[in-house]
Formats: sequence, C-alpha cells, structure tokens
Amino acid sequence: MKCQTCPSPATLHITEIVKGVAAEHHFCDECAQQYLSQAEAKGNDLPPGVAADEEGESKLKELDQLACPNCGITFKEFRKQGRLGCPHDYVAFQEELLPLLESIHGETQHFGKVPKRTPDDSRKQYRLIKLRGELKVAIAEESYEQAAKLRDEIQQLEQETQTAPAEEETE
Amino acid sequence: MKLDELIQSSGEWLRGEGPEADIVISTRIRLARNLSQFPFLTRADEAARVEIERILSGQIARLASRKSLNYFDVTSLQRLDRQFLVERQLISRELSEGQGPRGVGFSTAENVSLMVNEEDHLRIQVLRSGLALESCWQEINQIDDLLEEQVCFAFNEQLGYLTACPTNCGTGIRVSVMLHLPALVQTKEIQKVFQALHKIGLAVRGLYGEGSQAMGDFYQISNQTTLGKSEEQLIKNLKDVIPNIIGYERRCRTALVKENRQGLHDQVSRAYGILKSAQTITSEETMQHLSSLRMGINLGLIEDLPIPTVNELFIFTQPAHLQKLRHSSLDSGERNVARASYLRERLAPQN
Ligand SMILES: [Zn+2]
Ligand SMILES: [Zn+2]
Repeated sequence: MKCQTCPSPATLHITEIVKGVAAEHHFCDECAQQYLSQAEAKGNDLPPGVAADEEGESKLKELDQLACPNCGITFKEFRKQGRLGCPHDYVAFQEELLPLLESIHGETQHFGKVPKRTPDDSRKQYRLIKLRGELKVAIAEESYEQAAKLRDEIQQLEQETQTAPAEEETE
Repeated sequence: MKLDELIQSSGEWLRGEGPEADIVISTRIRLARNLSQFPFLTRADEAARVEIERILSGQIARLASRKSLNYFDVTSLQRLDRQFLVERQLISRELSEGQGPRGVGFSTAENVSLMVNEEDHLRIQVLRSGLALESCWQEINQIDDLLEEQVCFAFNEQLGYLTACPTNCGTGIRVSVMLHLPALVQTKEIQKVFQALHKIGLAVRGLYGEGSQAMGDFYQISNQTTLGKSEEQLIKNLKDVIPNIIGYERRCRTALVKENRQGLHDQVSRAYGILKSAQTITSEETMQHLSSLRMGINLGLIEDLPIPTVNELFIFTQPAHLQKLRHSSLDSGERNVARASYLRERLAPQN
C-alpha cells in the first residue's frame, strides 16, 4: 500500500474517529509524523465548546489508557496503528469499537458463516494468550519453577481446545 | 515444485476462459482468518509467529493432498522471487515486504493460495478466469471448512470472524472481480462508474491491489464492508452490478467502432506494430498498447492473436518475470530492452 500523500510505501495506518465517524489514513513514517503533529496542533485549537469540555477531554485520555488485559495493547496504540492486538480486544474495547464498526460497516451484528466448531470456550483461548505472555515474563525473570507450571497449564489447555498443530504426515 | 518452474507456464486464471472473459479477466475471493489462541501479528513476538507458521503450514501440508499445494517459506526467498510471486498474484505486497516468519502455499494451477502471517494469521485466496463468483465461493468455503475441522479461528457471535483490522471483521471476505475497461477509460465515462460504485459501497482498485494505480485499463471492483451481510449477500451485490458495467463497456466499444472504425482500427494496429517491433519499451507503454491490442482482438479488428497470449504478456513483461526469463538481474534500462525483445519473440508470426 502506498502512502496517501506521497509515493513512499505506507507504514502507518491510522484509524481516526471523529464524532463517531471512522476515517482510515495510510501514511509513510514521514507523512504520518507531519499529520500527527498537525492533528495535535489542531487539537489545541478546538472550538471552544469542545476545548472547554474538560470532562470529555479527560474521558478521552482515560479511554486512550484503556488496555487489553490479554495482549496489553492500549486503545491509543490501536488508534495510532489501526490494527488490534488480539481477538479479545473486540471485547475489551467493545464500547469504543462498536461506533467505529457501525461507521465502517453500517452494521454491528455478524450475519454470515459460523464455524461448525465454534470455540467451545473462547475464554480458554484468551487464557492461552495470557498464559503465553506470562510464560515469556517468567522466562525473562528466570523464574523457572513458575515457567514450568505455566508450560504445564498451557499444554493442558491446548489439549482441551484441540488446537495443537497437526501431526506431521508420514510419507 | 521449484519456484523457477513457474516461469514455464502461467496461472489457469489467465486462460481467458469462462463467462464474459473478454471483459472480466478474473474473479477472486479471499478470507481473513486468525487462530484464536494467539495474539494478532502486531502483538505477536517471534516465538508466537514461529508457532503460528508451524501450525498453519502443517495444515496446508494436510490440505496438499486434496489441493496439490506447494508451500514456500517466504523468508528464505530472494527479493526477486518474492516480487515474482506478487506479479503472479500469488502473494500480496504486504507479505512480500513483511518481516518475520511467514509463508505461502499455492496450488500448481495457481488458483488457490494461502498466505501465512500477512496482516492476519491466514489469508485464503481463490482465483478463477472470467466471471466465476459462485465457483470461487464454493471452493474457498470448502477450504475454510476443511481447516476449521482442525483449527480454531477467532470468532464471536456478534462480530463474526475477528481480524487484526476492524475493517475486515465479520465475514472476513473480500470478493473482487477484475475488469478490462479500455473503452470506458478512453471515453472518460469511467469516472461515472466509479462514483456509482462508491455510492453502493463497492471499492475500485488498480491491477495490483490497494493503493496501486490502474495499469492497462484494469480495474478491480470489490466489496468494502464485511460485517452485517452474509457472504452470499456480499457476492450477490457484486453479481448484480457487474453485468451493468460489462454492458456499459460494450456499448462504449460499439460507439467507438461506429463513430470511427478506421481510427480505432488504426490505433489498435499501431499498438500491435509497436509491440511487434520496438527495441526498447517501458512497462507502462507495454501495458497501454497491450490494452489496445486486447480490445482490438475482442472487436475482431485483429485476428491472428489469441487472448490468452495477450493476458500472459501483461504478467510476463513485469520486471521480476523478465529477470526470471533472462536468468539475471537487470536494471530498468536493460529490462526495457529485454521486454521489447521478449515481446518480439512472442508476437512473431509463427507463434
Ligand atoms: Zn508519505
Ligand atoms: Zn488484546
């Protein structure tokens, strides 16, 4: 994908929500910086009604700090890159995402194919994501006992959800 | 299969067969899917990416017996080979230029491809010659079913299949039809088509997908939204509108012939002449003349050249293809010479 203002490849994808309407921008690094600094400058120059609304502003700041408990992505990071961090974000940021989805798709309810084998317990799946994150930390901190415990739990969960990789086929 | 063998043949979708193949080059459907137990790629570390690739390449190997798929580790491919696969529509630019463990499995006939660790964990694509929306959907749906027997895709009841970018969630489907619209471009009616399509929620792109300029008068029409409508409805939206565009293009062609048959015949013949005899030629000029030539054949103004040859030339005159054909890396000046020489060979009377 090309940058929307110059011929360089786009590296940053920004989804902006203005009054509940989503706009997607695709920029190269340089143009993105420029755009963001302009947007910031504009932000200081908001119409009085908006700027005076301190409550709204702090709410937006609060919103930006909102983080997914599984993958750790903040809503601000999502807004910057336009890409979510994990499937659970759709739940963690639901309140903020629904208006965005509405403006992108005009709908907020899926009406199409449903996997025959729906994730029997999606919480299990999210737990796996979380455990893998914890395992990484445990290894980094050299808490090997904790890591071993986490590994066992991950293995157990993987078996339960039957998403272990397919056995390699013999010739 | 070795990658270099591909240069000996071309994808089935270039055969110029199937309904409306004079105007509809190809139909493509892709599905975006993610394994539910891993983060999306923006948050996946090296270890997670390795694991995702291991699971999905294992699944592709399992499908291989039914679909004759060949899997390639994209990280081990040279830049030229990656570019070659992009030109062939087997991988996206994003996968080619991406980072970290990633791969692609595609069928020998080149009409099925599965990209691993692109924007989503898995992107399945089915490609066909001509207007073939139903058969594309049937095949891709079947592949998706086969995969779902073994892996768990991220899904929730309200928002459907969950994707890295909220613009793809729900069905995760993109249905696109590639049209050759030279008469609409020449008569400048094409803008009206774009505006009308935009109003009904369809997107228009150039030959090589997002952000690329339309080359050779090729346009991809595709759905813009993925949530709230079933796959069948989204396909039907396209199916309803495509015949109107085809009809519009045909009327424009007829009008061009009627107004100035001699002028048109002259334009097409000159394009043919340049392609048959140029000693150096850019990709842009090649595309432009091939487009004229293609229309000329479809209007019966040129009779000694089959459409599949022209379709192939659009792909084989691209930079990576030329370098594969010549077995060497060429700078842009050298490519223009190689391109002209290749065109002369392919368009010489005995072929
Ligand atoms: Zn730029
Ligand atoms: Zn998350």
